Amino acid sequence: MKKYILPIVIVVVFGAYALFSSKNSGTPTTPGTATSTGTGSTDNTAETPPSGLKDGTYNGSVTDAFYGPMQVAAIVKNGKLVDVQFLKFPNDQGESIEVNSRSNPILKQEAIAAQSANVNIVSGATQSSEAFSQSLAQALAQAQS
Amino acid sequence: MGMPITVEIVDPYANEKTFDEVFDYFMRIDEKFSTYKEASEITAINKGILKADDASDEMRLILALCEETKRETNGYFDIKTPKGTLDPSGIVKGWSIWQAAEFLREKGFKKFYVDAGGDIQPHGSNAEGAAWAVGIKNPWNEAEHVKIAYVHDEGVATSGTYIRGLHIYNPRNENRPADEIMSFTVIGPNIYEADRFATAAFAMGREGVQFIERLPGFEAYCIDKNKIATMTSGFEKYTRANA
Repeated sequence: MKKYILPIVIVVVFGAYALFSSKNSGTPTTPGTATSTGTGSTDNTAETPPSGLKDGTYNGSVTDAFYGPMQVAAIVKNGKLVDVQFLKFPNDQGESIEVNSRSNPILKQEAIAAQSANVNIVSGATQSSEAFSQSLAQALAQAQS
Repeated sequence: MGMPITVEIVDPYANEKTFDEVFDYFMRIDEKFSTYKEASEITAINKGILKADDASDEMRLILALCEETKRETNGYFDIKTPKGTLDPSGIVKGWSIWQAAEFLREKGFKKFYVDAGGDIQPHGSNAEGAAWAVGIKNPWNEAEHVKIAYVHDEGVATSGTYIRGLHIYNPRNENRPADEIMSFTVIGPNIYEADRFATAAFAMGREGVQFIERLPGFEAYCIDKNKIATMTSGFEKYTRANA
């Protein structure tokens, strides 16, 4: 049995990372909704608490969440990450959910519970959380610099 | 694409060249369809440098499949971004997994799977000669699976949002109902079909599982925010190991 995992995806990810980090590098910006940013200070003389994070709002890189781009803003106050806001988010269909007038059958429901049986493969959506981590990591890197 | 791709071939005559060919194929697809690459064909279309009608056969096929899927999902599947550019990645992913699996099948391999970011096209049986056991990941715990589907040739795709812990909201969709769907798994005739309908059904929210219920040849297992799963009426036939 042979099993290979593609290492080149890393290259693909970093390619996108480099592209967007170069576009977004530099000054933190304050989105309209950021109410918890205080002054959004970018002043290097501002007090830097032990965490090493400077206060401000930092936009992460735009990352590919596969169903669309994801970008987050990290908001740092008193040296702590106090909020993460979405600037771009996938699954945004821009349409209201259609009200269905048809009568729907009652479908079986159950509370989910961990299964112990062995599996060969796992199906799950990892893209969004990975894209989220990438964008956030990039935002926090700016806060530390 | 930024996602791990795993290919497992049980047949003993698989060699490194086979795997290289599959991965080269995925790289080529990414070069062509990535909206994150300046030099990709889709970027050329989005910049207006290339007309969609003058694009490669592969590109025109994908764009046609996107149109078809948009129609079949009442507009829930739409590759047009808010900026007006095209992002066909929701179709390209399932389609390329399926094509990679077809390539292996044509080479004569009888027991394998291709998995790209948790969307899976199996074929035949596993190393024990049984159905492939596909675990559906717990949205709250990466290391756990909460359901097992046993499949031979059906595609299994999961759409979802697994984000928690931090105080997070979606500014564009603040009125999303409290019974928000966390994970939406679709089993279909192949991964292309399963993936495109999983993407669309996830976007429909609670109604998505009813949409799959009405779709012949498809089953769904959908997990909501309250850790309650709703399944289509035929889903349980995939939960028996001896299926």
